[in-house]
Amino acid sequence: MLKIFVTKDNLPNLVGRLMDGATVLGPVKEGEAHRFRPLKKAADLDLSYQNSRLSPKDLVHPHSDAMFAFSLKKDDPEAGILKELPRSADKRLVLGIRPCDAKAFRLVDVNFLTDTYRDPWWEARREATVLVGLGCSRPCRSCFCTAVGTGPFDETALDVLMTELEDGYLLKAVTEKGEALLRDAPQAEAATDERMQKAEGIAEEAARKISKPFVTEPIKDKPQTELFSAEFWEEVQFACINCGTCTYLCPTCWCFDIQDEVHGEEGVRLRLWDSCMFPLFTLHGSGHNPRNQKLQRVRQRFMHKFKYYVDKYGDGPACVGCGRCVQYCPVNIDIRRVVAMMSASCVCPT
Amino acid sequence: MHAYTEKIREAARRLLAEKKVDGVIGFRRGTLPLMNEPVFVRHADQVDQLVWDGNCGVNLANYLTKRKDRVAVVAKGCDSRNIVVHIQENQIARDQLYILGIPCKGMLNRRAILKALDGREPLQVEETEADVTVSGDGFEQVFPRKDVLQDNCKICIHRNPVIYDELLGDPVEEQKDVDRYEDVRRIEAMTVEERWTYFEELIAPCIRCYACRNACPQCYCPTCFVDESRPQWVGKSLDPTDTRTFHFLRAYHMAGRCTDCGACERACPMDIKVRQFTKKLEKDVKELFGYEVGVMLEERPPLDTYRPDDPQDFIR
Repeated sequence: MLKIFVTKDNLPNLVGRLMDGATVLGPVKEGEAHRFRPLKKAADLDLSYQNSRLSPKDLVHPHSDAMFAFSLKKDDPEAGILKELPRSADKRLVLGIRPCDAKAFRLVDVNFLTDTYRDPWWEARREATVLVGLGCSRPCRSCFCTAVGTGPFDETALDVLMTELEDGYLLKAVTEKGEALLRDAPQAEAATDERMQKAEGIAEEAARKISKPFVTEPIKDKPQTELFSAEFWEEVQFACINCGTCTYLCPTCWCFDIQDEVHGEEGVRLRLWDSCMFPLFTLHGSGHNPRNQKLQRVRQRFMHKFKYYVDKYGDGPACVGCGRCVQYCPVNIDIRRVVAMMSASCVCPT
Repeated sequence: MHAYTEKIREAARRLLAEKKVDGVIGFRRGTLPLMNEPVFVRHADQVDQLVWDGNCGVNLANYLTKRKDRVAVVAKGCDSRNIVVHIQENQIARDQLYILGIPCKGMLNRRAILKALDGREPLQVEETEADVTVSGDGFEQVFPRKDVLQDNCKICIHRNPVIYDELLGDPVEEQKDVDRYEDVRRIEAMTVEERWTYFEELIAPCIRCYACRNACPQCYCPTCFVDESRPQWVGKSLDPTDTRTFHFLRAYHMAGRCTDCGACERACPMDIKVRQFTKKLEKDVKELFGYEVGVMLEERPPLDTYRPDDPQDFIR
């Protein structure tokens, strides 16, 4: 596969060229945090970021997505009939996405794109999106990607992997789509052996820096019921305030709610992010709520990611170790600590 | 400051041994620098988990709502005021509580420290009365403590617990000559359009995760109005009307109840200055009724009492 090198000075020209062919989204600084936004100009791109506050999952699975529209006009013969809204499938390129966040799309694919069902909203956006990833040479202390089957330079879910060198970026095509992008890159220089070696060194060094706070294998072998009824959930759940921070910032949390909103005589059917932390998430029409207790909801999040997903799909866990929930949980419930307990099934001394 | 840790442990051990309480609500050392985790200690052998430092900003009154057991709770000035409100609002009874009061000189603002570090990762934090020393890979930075306190702590005038069974340290000097409402006055001075724009921009990053609501001890409705579905009052998308409705209504529910403990702002993952909503109400309640929330247990809050001389100039 094609590899090229672009100096830092020439990067804006490359970004400009990419912007000619597609909407380019990249990390843009807003306040104190970075967020993936469509670039208006190449200079908006800030590749010096560590990671975005919100994961880029909303590029494929937006917080609020209008799927259908309907009319409630009395004299409208089609009143009450849901009409699918056009799905935008404009070509898009996500530039500078972290390998962990790209891997998250893969993990969520198995839910939205199965043999039986293919979610058209997820599929259309996924297919229209090219992922140009930026290897993570400065991982955070709260990162644990290598413990969950990915890594700071994992290219498996990317079309192109970029590695930042001192004077520029080494770009490596991973897929045909990626190759096509790099083929006519302006001012591209040769990816010399020396540059490739440097890139490899950077990747190895980064992987070495990442902690491995737990092993996931024992969880696979444990019966669900044993983990489900483990005593440590009582201790884990205490501090939780059941807000949606962990699930909304998470790149692999895909759960959604469907709601109709009506304004006057017009309505839309929306798909909206939902969170297993909210009591409403499991409230039945009958009034019964199978997860009425905080403990049940807290347990669900960890069990889904590290047990149910793994058992159901033979893949996973459904976590990429980005550490967002670790960093932003308002009460410091740390997934690394919880999964270590699931793995050991004992309350580890702190 | 760290002397509190030993005193909390000693009290917890004693209260558990004497079976005066079923458990102790406090903090244990966090897994990240500048973070601690609320913990419920039930047995003597867990008592040594309890710690105290400048990272205990979470309001522990939030863990008292509708409890059935008898607990000890570690309480800073603000927590104690929220405990008062909880008792006034029948969320817990006074005799279920053993309050371990902590005179407090303010909690650290983790976000502000991270911002000042500008991408450098803190690995170790050391606190003294005067300074906070943060160090990491190849750096060490000393912050004067007063510069890196939570915004609400900087203007706090109730650092000492207002209600307690045991005070774990000498009372600290209360801050005098604090201008609590400088920011509110600035907003009041704006034109209607400017003010609208100000609040629109303030909540633009909101993702409706409800961390602000859930971190607040005073937000305990069995079903929040945003979660009601029969009928549904508020839409769930990021439509600005709905996000605005959530923030405005939540703030109004806080009128005469908010102690400005800063829990909402501390919890927000998007750095929204949520207190900008509640502070105006706090100022109004103080100016109109001369009332400070959660200071006097015996006094009924102004919004659930009627007095013939209640101000009514706003009725036109």
